[in-house]
Amino acid sequence: MSARFRIRTSAWWLALKLLRRDWRSGELYLLSAALVLTVAAITAVGFFTDRIERAMQRQGGELIAADLVIDSSRAIPETFADEAARRGLAIARTLTFSSVVLAGDSSQLVQVKAVDDTYPLRGSMRLKADLDAAELPTDGGPAPRTAWVEPRLLYALGAEVGTGIDLGEVGFTADRLIAYEPDRGGNFFQIAPRVMIRLDDVPATGLVTEASRVRHRLLLGGPPQAIADFAAWAEPKLPAYAGLLDAREARPEFESAVDRASRFLHLAALTTLLVAGAAIALASRRLVDRQTDAVAVMRCLGAPRHVLTRIFALRLLAFGLIASLIGCLIGWLGQQGLALVLADWFDGPLPAPSVAPVFVGLGTGLVALAGFALPPLMQLADVPPLKVLRRDLGAPKTSVALAALAAAAALALLILWQAGDFELAWKLLLGVVGAVAALVALGAVMVWLAGLAAARTRGIWRLGLAGLSRRPAAAILQITGFGLGILALLLLAVVRVDLLQSWQQTLPEGAPNRFLINIQPHEKDALADWFAERDIDSSGIYPMVRGRLTGIGGETVEPDDYEDPQAARLADREFNLSYSDVPQGDNEIVAGRWWAGPDPLPQFSVEEGIAETLGIALGDELRFWMAGREVAAPVTSLRRVVWDSFNVNFFVIGTPGLLAGEPATYVTSFYLPAAREALVPELLRAFPSVTLIDVGALLEQVRGIIEQGIRAVEYVFLFTLAAGLLVMYAGIQASLAVRRGEHGVLRTLGANRGQLLRGLLVEFTVAGLLAGLTASIFAELTGYVLARQVFDLPFAPNPWLWVFGVLGSGVAIGLAGTLGTYRALVRPPLAQLRAA
Amino acid sequence: MNTPESVSPESVSPESVSPESASPEIVSPEVLCRADGLAKHVTGPGGRLTILHDLSLSIGAGEAVAIVGASGSGKSTLLGLLAGLDTPSDGDVELCGERLATLDEDGRAALRAGRVGFVFQSFQLLPTLTALENVSLPLELGAITDAPRMNGSGPTGIAREALERVGLTPRAGHYPRQLSGGEQQRVAIARAFAPGPRILFADEPTGNLDLATGQKIIDLLFALRADAGAALVLVTHDQALAERCDRRLGMRDGHLEALA
Ligand SMILES: Nc1ncnc2c1ncn2[C@@H]1O[C@H](COP(=O)(O)OP(=O)(O)OP(=O)(O)O)[C@@H](O)[C@H]1O
Ligand SMILES: [Mg+2]
Repeated sequence: MSARFRIRTSAWWLALKLLRRDWRSGELYLLSAALVLTVAAITAVGFFTDRIERAMQRQGGELIAADLVIDSSRAIPETFADEAARRGLAIARTLTFSSVVLAGDSSQLVQVKAVDDTYPLRGSMRLKADLDAAELPTDGGPAPRTAWVEPRLLYALGAEVGTGIDLGEVGFTADRLIAYEPDRGGNFFQIAPRVMIRLDDVPATGLVTEASRVRHRLLLGGPPQAIADFAAWAEPKLPAYAGLLDAREARPEFESAVDRASRFLHLAALTTLLVAGAAIALASRRLVDRQTDAVAVMRCLGAPRHVLTRIFALRLLAFGLIASLIGCLIGWLGQQGLALVLADWFDGPLPAPSVAPVFVGLGTGLVALAGFALPPLMQLADVPPLKVLRRDLGAPKTSVALAALAAAAALALLILWQAGDFELAWKLLLGVVGAVAALVALGAVMVWLAGLAAARTRGIWRLGLAGLSRRPAAAILQITGFGLGILALLLLAVVRVDLLQSWQQTLPEGAPNRFLINIQPHEKDALADWFAERDIDSSGIYPMVRGRLTGIGGETVEPDDYEDPQAARLADREFNLSYSDVPQGDNEIVAGRWWAGPDPLPQFSVEEGIAETLGIALGDELRFWMAGREVAAPVTSLRRVVWDSFNVNFFVIGTPGLLAGEPATYVTSFYLPAAREALVPELLRAFPSVTLIDVGALLEQVRGIIEQGIRAVEYVFLFTLAAGLLVMYAGIQASLAVRRGEHGVLRTLGANRGQLLRGLLVEFTVAGLLAGLTASIFAELTGYVLARQVFDLPFAPNPWLWVFGVLGSGVAIGLAGTLGTYRALVRPPLAQLRAA
Repeated sequence: MNTPESVSPESVSPESVSPESASPEIVSPEVLCRADGLAKHVTGPGGRLTILHDLSLSIGAGEAVAIVGASGSGKSTLLGLLAGLDTPSDGDVELCGERLATLDEDGRAALRAGRVGFVFQSFQLLPTLTALENVSLPLELGAITDAPRMNGSGPTGIAREALERVGLTPRAGHYPRQLSGGEQQRVAIARAFAPGPRILFADEPTGNLDLATGQKIIDLLFALRADAGAALVLVTHDQALAERCDRRLGMRDGHLEALA
């Protein structure tokens, strides 16, 4: 065994021994609590978001009738189905194309969908025997040579259920009406009525040839991991004409709800991380203070700096590993509890948690410790050994720059790694960094004022105030700790009371659950009357014209120009445009201005999301090809649309003068309570050409996600709450050691307890008020930024925040600080001198 | 001990300070500690302040030397310089055969490890360690730095023996705050003697104790010193205490003079 190796093992050994002794002496409790809490929050959220996202994904599967879909404009190579079968995934196939059906003398353009018996893999088809019959879920596809059709097809053909229709070379019996088709959603506004037939019957029709425009879909179902593995395998192998589709992409409503839910969860985890990081920093600062003497003695006893450094690093590493493992365990237990709380929201059991969050938790613990605790602890090794002889030699000056740099680096690393969401992360980080800077500045000002005031006061006040300005670092740290704790609590309040509520409000009771499309111009007024007579609120009846986007700002649009498959799909398909004099109530203009005046110049308003996807900027000229002519106008505003509100919305809206001449149909959405389901056949009879789309299931899913999300976030915020309290406790503790000595001296100089208590109360209350004020400002700002820019939710300042934030923290910190410190005070001076 | 691996190229690493090369028997058989033209200045708010003036002394192996003088005369400063806890403004100190000026901070620490013991007025026990752990700490640190002398019984065994010699075996598991001042100082003495030092520095070891307790502590200190054959540098105000040493040096305004 070489000498070096012996050194290393014995350093480890001693580090562990010292760690055990530190633990026993209670020095490490605060730091452990902070670290365990951080890791527990991060792992719990990690485990849980992981699980909940997968569960949501699975639930959302209904929207695409599968867990994953390969969507292709040409036949999908068999290797994909083979591989899916090899992996034990469930498989279904569909084929859609436009065609014409003939019945007697009439003909009608239709959208044919051919399915096999396994379709749909998620959700189910619901059929009716005739308009007035009950909806029945079905198993298996249409029987050979039969067709399921939308009611309005029969109306258009002037036929009844059971009629014979010809598709290409083959005759079918239209024996069922389609009431609900799970994956219809992807194309709400398609004009032609649906006809569903058996996949086996397609070749005989002779309709599908190499040259026809056909969409092929391979539907896949299976456990989340298997699906994810398959997606990873398939992604790089897919030909250019095919793409993967999951529920999130299929529906903007669903995607935006799931996105918000996971953003909220990440927000909760990040807030905990930031606040607990501050607690870790405060706690290690305190540890350094308390270990300075010990280090001086050890150096005096012959421990060289590099040995001490090594021992400290090893001790911290061992500590970090142990605390992080405990944190992981607590995080795991925590998410089990959370899964229990939320179990009733999911159809089946949640997918099992993956192990990845354990590594994330361990990594977080070690990185947080390295960033927040390592620099001050490493500087400990520089304590001069002479301190054993000269007590006045303080701890070595901690390099604030180094500590700040390390903490910032650690935070940035953790946030980049943690937040799947960069925008959320940096905005939150900015808010917190701003708050810390303001708190530090405020603390410095307060210390400075205390110094000024000390010069003008006498007696106990003078001593107290001078004491404050004599330990500026402790005072500033303390105010920062208080402020961060309060900021965490206020952020919780803002998120809980304001953000989550506005999220819930995006989908209130009575949000539209039916879409009505293909309303003919002559039916528009009659429909409005029909609604009015039956006391049904619609979201407004909007004109809709169809056009293919052909040019943006002088460039021609080709689907192949877009790398992003979603953009390519968008560019490939017809847009639904609308025209209007006024913007829809829930749309918000985020750039440019909406047109005003009775007869505005031709112009377009575009939804901001699609503008970004397609690269449309304000001022660009858009060209659409509609019904045989080209329509062009500049974009003069960008709108933000709340997609999960289930109101009718359009990507592109033009001025009436520009589009009113085009052949239009009308669309609306409305809320139909379950009890009034009987109105459906009545409506379809009165307006036979319209298509009614039931989005009730989708709506319930989105609402379910919102509820789940809110509960999950509230639960995770318990960790943040704990972190906030901890950082405040750490703040009170930060000055305790110094205070002890001070109070001993003050009391020996004749100050009585009452005077000391009053001094403490004033000091802590002032600190609490100032910290509360700063925290309120930043909580409000952060809340505003989060609401408007990250979550796309409305935000109104909340006056109660200020009342609770400023007054509440003044009172709470005044009392807590005084009581926490008083314990040290009431001890007899002798005990204090011994402890000092 | 002096295996090839243990001689590292960096002269400051602890391995290189092997007992043979640092052994006073080889370099200078009788002088353990020597100061030459030692001076210490500090610059304070009131300009340059000279604490020690051109001061020389030497202490032989096993010798007990008392340094007495008024408060503020520079006794602790001198002690710190002799032990290598601080660096002089001028002059040099030779400790256990090594010139401190040639060593850096870590080299000096490694030199102290296991060879130099300390007893302070304020005890300086680590509050988070029990009495036994406090005593074994220098031994454990020595095990890392590969300091000399580590017989078979290991740090804890040696520490137990040392505690027994100061009569504190029953208090081995107690923390410093659970011990009286006299007991704490006995633990400190056990800690100082446990590694078997060649020289002991004591800065007013009885300053915080009552007369009777102080007397017992001093008896203990001298008894253990006699057993170990270690040299002693004792800073004190107490004339009676100084009388028990082989030699007395007086400190006045930074100058040293031999006393009767
Ligand atoms: N780093 C320093 N900066 C300023 N003054 C110093 C410094 N170190 C020592 N002094 C001063 O040098 C003088 C001698 O200090 P020292 O502690 O050595 O005295 P002492 O003889 O040990 O006194 P006492 O018996 O009170 O312990 C004192 O006046 C002290 O204030
Ligand atoms: Mg002194």
